Amino acid sequence: MAVYDSILDLIGNTPIVDVSQLSPNPKVRILAKLEGQNPAGSVKDRIAMAMIEAAESDGTLSPGRTIIEPSSGNTGIALAMICRLKGYQLKIVLPESVTVERRQMLEAFGAEIIPSPGGEGSNGAVRMAQWLADENPDWVFLYQYGNEANPTAHYNTTGPEILRDVPEITHFVAGLGTSGTLMGVGTYLKEQKPDVKIYAVEPPSGERVEGLRSLDDGYVPPVFEKWGGMELLDGKRIVRPLESLEWTRRLVSDAGIFAGPSSGAALAGAVKVAQRIDEGTIVFIVCDGGWKYLSTGAYTGDLEATADNLDKIIYF
Amino acid sequence: MLRPAAGGQSSVEAAGDTIGDVVKSLIAAHPGLETNLVDENGDVRRFVNVYVNDEDIRFLDKLDTKVADGDEVAILPAVAGG
Repeated sequence: MAVYDSILDLIGNTPIVDVSQLSPNPKVRILAKLEGQNPAGSVKDRIAMAMIEAAESDGTLSPGRTIIEPSSGNTGIALAMICRLKGYQLKIVLPESVTVERRQMLEAFGAEIIPSPGGEGSNGAVRMAQWLADENPDWVFLYQYGNEANPTAHYNTTGPEILRDVPEITHFVAGLGTSGTLMGVGTYLKEQKPDVKIYAVEPPSGERVEGLRSLDDGYVPPVFEKWGGMELLDGKRIVRPLESLEWTRRLVSDAGIFAGPSSGAALAGAVKVAQRIDEGTIVFIVCDGGWKYLSTGAYTGDLEATADNLDKIIYF
Repeated sequence: MLRPAAGGQSSVEAAGDTIGDVVKSLIAAHPGLETNLVDENGDVRRFVNVYVNDEDIRFLDKLDTKVADGDEVAILPAVAGG
């Protein structure tokens, strides 16, 4: 093994593991790409690094500057690790309805947390960060939902890694948050192998966030529109908390993979695809490990009660 | 999501062979929903997602998507994670 100069050199090049024991169809392989192996623990390390490097090279970010970003957790944690090493101040607008572990990780890396109302969810955090960025023009607002470096990071790294490791891929499944993973990987895969199908899985978004009172609160990330998400995706489905949890537990019990609940949702989506096709190879994204969700009871708590609990927090 | 406009109910019964018909019958029963759900052209609004048995209709046949007895239709605002 090589000796690396910095923890940041470990971002990307994540392993893929065959979890076909979870496939309902013996002719369909299901493969998990373990993004939780990134150093700050999630797929977001890739885009955090790419957004910071892009802002450095175009001159918007220079030593001593302050970065502001809304995040339900993983992007914030990844930025916090990188900012710590690079000497930037970081402020994360974090909905109050996230797990305690997320807050603790941000604090461990020295980020300042600006709480946004839990009931307004991620959309509320985006609105507050936008407002704060407007009020403080000297702060650098990376804005993952609209930053080209987000999907581009996946186009340049995640997509090529998948095709290099699984040239026989027929289907790709990932969670839809900022849409960066799906847009970047999906665009790359379809350019290289036009028959590959791209499926999005959404975490439950309705009952969960009590403050979202009206459909007018809906939000579509600019990244999704700029990268032609409507044309790129072959399907999109919502996965309920109970179903997410059941598959998160199957990942642990049947494959030994300790992942967060949104990875269970992605697996549930992959299983649905496997039921529908005759044969193929599905790659899905395990976006983070389970560590940050232990306090929810996701792995050992009563299933129904925990699903109800997950309905009230933001884990995506 | 539609509770305030649907008389406080979180789920309602609606009839129709396609999602378009279901939406029309919903609006007929709960006129307050109309501006929430559809734009001036009668299309589902951009920030609204409609699902049949958890599948987003934008990637099926949109408002022409067929529905059968017992199918579950969900109407939710688009939400971004991250």
